[in-house]
Parts: sequence; structure tokens; C-alpha cells
Amino acid sequence: MSRVAVAAAGGRPLAVRLPSSPWLLVLPFLAVLAVFYVVPIGQVLWLSFSDPTLGFGNYARLASSESLQRVLLTTFRVCATTTFFAITLGYLIAYVMIHAGPTHRLWITGFVLVPFWISLLVRAFAWLTLLRSEGIINNALIGLGVIDQPLPLVYNEFAVVIGMVHYMVPYAVLPLYANMKGIDPRLADASRSLGAGAGRTFLSVTLPLSMPGIVAAGLLVFILTLGFFVTPAILGGGKVVMIAEYVSVQVLKTVRWGVGTMMASVLLATVVFLLIAMAKVVDVRQMFGAK
Amino acid sequence: MSLSVTWSKLRWPLLVGATWAVLMFLMLPTLVAVPVSLTTERYLSLPHGAISFDHYASLVSDPSWRNSALQSLGIGIVVTVLATTLGTAAAIGLWRLSSWAAEAARVVFLAPMIVPPIVSALAFYKLFAQMRLIDTFVGVILAHTLLATPYVLITVAASLATIDLRQEQASRSLGASTWRTLRSVIVPQIMPGVTAGAVFAFIISWDEIVVTLFIAARTVYTLPRKMWDGINEAVDPTIAAAATVLFLVTMILIGLQVVREARRQ
Repeated sequence: MSRVAVAAAGGRPLAVRLPSSPWLLVLPFLAVLAVFYVVPIGQVLWLSFSDPTLGFGNYARLASSESLQRVLLTTFRVCATTTFFAITLGYLIAYVMIHAGPTHRLWITGFVLVPFWISLLVRAFAWLTLLRSEGIINNALIGLGVIDQPLPLVYNEFAVVIGMVHYMVPYAVLPLYANMKGIDPRLADASRSLGAGAGRTFLSVTLPLSMPGIVAAGLLVFILTLGFFVTPAILGGGKVVMIAEYVSVQVLKTVRWGVGTMMASVLLATVVFLLIAMAKVVDVRQMFGAK
Repeated sequence: MSLSVTWSKLRWPLLVGATWAVLMFLMLPTLVAVPVSLTTERYLSLPHGAISFDHYASLVSDPSWRNSALQSLGIGIVVTVLATTLGTAAAIGLWRLSSWAAEAARVVFLAPMIVPPIVSALAFYKLFAQMRLIDTFVGVILAHTLLATPYVLITVAASLATIDLRQEQASRSLGASTWRTLRSVIVPQIMPGVTAGAVFAFIISWDEIVVTLFIAARTVYTLPRKMWDGINEAVDPTIAAAATVLFLVTMILIGLQVVREARRQ
């Protein structure tokens, strides 16, 4: 087969190099992905326009249904709060990493990366163990005599935000650290030598220079939190319903595919839109490790 | 003046202290799940004095926990083999292609990483309902493979980026066939990326819950699925033992990976 190709191309073996061969390696996954993933995703999008009747009916509900608006508002509020705290805590860690010695930095990196690999389910379970009314924190506080009634620490937005911030801090640290590593430390030194204090130097030099990192990390965290399902479902206990949980209830319980797929499509469109916006600020493919 | 001097002296220790407080917050779930799994009580609690491995014993002796663990392991292994093969082949193929088509293929390939899990879950649920693959091993393995393969693709692509394309040309100009070139020149050099990809693929399948929740029910009942039902129903320390096993397996795999990386450098 290859020899035929070479002969046909007039004996330039390097230029021809089995023209079909790279595609033979790519095609198996491409075919599986197209048939078993891309087509059904398209089907989900299509259902949002066609179930129960053809048209924009499901999307029109967004304007009228209070429960849908509440889900969107809750999702937006929880994600924005989570992003704020994850970026603040992540910035602190990244800042100390930059200024720490090599051994100290290695230890911090280790402590950031271990939780990175703990599954969402394990984390949600652990937080439940801590925050329940007969949980470890409430028992300890009652045992110490600080409180006599258990505090409502779980099945509310507070617990969902804690669980989500916990998951997102490592995602915030990595891009923030990469950005800060690119800032010339002599700029801060120059500011100090010109008489600015530490606070002034941070506010006028370091912080503005790290803005691209903050924007990139913030967008990444926000995008990832939008689709959260496990943490709000377990720690919210049905009281803090975000888009993903709402979709699952619509499809698995009330079997309203139209509304469920509409909300899923809104989620997907928002994620794609934000990723495109993010691509204007940073190299997204690099962030996902694809480069 | 003295105030600002004190502040400048205290600033760094305070920042370091705050950072370690956040790091402790990040470690908290492991600091909780592990001891709770060792409690002597039958409810979720920290061990008081004595510890016991009873809850680990019930992971093995209770048939439903044992089956779930074995299913997760088996599905994970099959998914690892499939995803590593598909992902490595696709990465090599893309590496040798350079055209708009390859660029488009790259975007499609990363889709399962970017699309929110709930949307993937709906897609698989809809498709598998039509294909009668709901609650089958074939269905779960297929779905997990599609979710895991992009991670293999990315790690292998990172390894390939360090190889000089002319090596391949040299091998071929010396008369080696495509397969021979792949086997003797390319694959040995990207093995670190391939094993890293395999580890990621296994962990993704091992942990996966959202898609599994939609496409599995009774026949296929993975460890995360069993934990999920347990968390919502009762609070049994066996869940803490299962959580610790999920966590430890992941950590051991990542640890081995880090040690291998460190040895190579």
C-alpha cells in the first residue's frame, strides 16, 4: 500500500510518508467520539427545542418561571461567592509560594496537590461528617460548652460554598502561581527603593501586575463551578439547587426532558461562551495542558 | 514608626501562618475520613481511644460492598486499557498531522473534558436508552472510556512534543515500516506520558459518579455509586472506609507516578 503511494508520487518517500497512516491512528477515537458522544450531545441540544413541541417554548420559560430564575440566581450567586473565596485563598498561597525558599515551596505544593486528587464524593462525605448537627464540629463545640444547640452548618448555602471553595482552591493556585512567577521581582524592589511601603508596593505594583492571572484563574474557577453537581446535591440537601441538580431532577424524577435539556443547553452555552472569552485573555489550551 | 517596624517583621510570619491554615483546611477531609473509618462505633464518629479495622473488614465481607469494589476495579482496568490505546494512537496521529483538520479534531477530542459532566450524563443516558445499554458493563465502560481518553491524549501529546519529528523520518529512511518506527522509536520515548495517561484514566473511571448515576442502576453498582446511595440514606462508617480506600488507591497511583518522574530526572 505504502509502496504504491510512493511510486505514484514519483519516488519521494519522505514527502509521501504513508498519507493515510496518521489518520488511521486518529480515526478510531474520532469515530467512537463522534458516534457515542457528539451525536448524543447534539440530541440533547435538539431535545431542548423539540420536547414537548417544536420551538423556543422551553427557553421562553426562562423569562416567566420563577423556579427556573431562582435556580439560575442560586447558581450564579454560589459560583461567584466560591470564585471570590477560592481566588483570595489561592492568591495567598501562590504569593507565599513565590516568596518561600525551595523546600518550603515544595511542601506547600505537596499540600496543594494532594487534595487536588481527592474525589468530589469523598470530600462531600467528609464535609458532611464535619458539619452535620451531630457532626464532629458541633459535637466538639457542645462538648467545650461554647454552644448548647447544634449550629445549622449543613444543608444550606454556607456548606455548599465551603465544599466548593475547598475543591477550587488548588485550581486557583496553579494559574495564579504561573502568572506571579512571570512578574519581575525587581519591579517590587524598585518600588520599595523609591520609598513605597510594603502595602503600597503590593497595591500599586504587585496586584496590578497579577491581574491577568487573577482574571484567568477567576474565569477558570467560575466555569468549573457552574457545572457542580455532587457538592450542592450532598451538602445542599435539596435546599440549594444549582443547574446540574435541577437538570437531574427534571430528567430522572419528573421526566421533563424539554426543560432539563434546555437548562443543560444553557449551562453548556454559558461554559463555551466563557471559555471563548477566556481564550482572549490566556492560552486556554495551555491551561488544559493541551500544549 | 515602631508600629510599622513590628508590622514589617510580622508580615511574613503572618502570611505563612495564614497560608498553612488554608493548607490545613485543604487537608481537612482526609484528616477526617481516615480516623472516622477507624472508629469502634457503628455511627460516624472520631475514635475515642481505641481504633478498629472492622469497617474495612465489612468492605471485604459484606457482599454488596465487595462487589462494588471489584466492579469499580474491573471497570477501571478495562477503561484504562481502552483509553490508553485510543488516546495514545490519537495523540501520535495528531502529532504527525498538521492541518486545519487536525486542529478541528483536537477541539473535538477535548470536548469530554470541557462539557459539564451533567450534560455528558444526559447524552449517554439518552443514547444508551435507545441502544439498550442502560445498566450494562458495556455502557459504563464505553462512557468512562470517552471521559478518560482526552486525559491520555493530553499527557501523551506533552511527551510527543519533546520528540524531534526528524527521528521518525530517519527511522523510515533507514527502511523501517510505520509500525516498526512506532514500536522501536516513538513508543519507547513516550512511555512516561503513556503511563501517566493510564494512571489518569484509571483514576477518572475509579472516581466517576455523575455519569454513572444516570446510566447504572442495579447490575452495575460501582463503589462511588454505592457510597452515593449510602451518604443519602444512612451514615455508616463503612462509607468512611470506602472513602479512604478510594482516596488511598488514588494517592498510591499518583505517588508512584511522582516517584517515577523524580527518578527519571
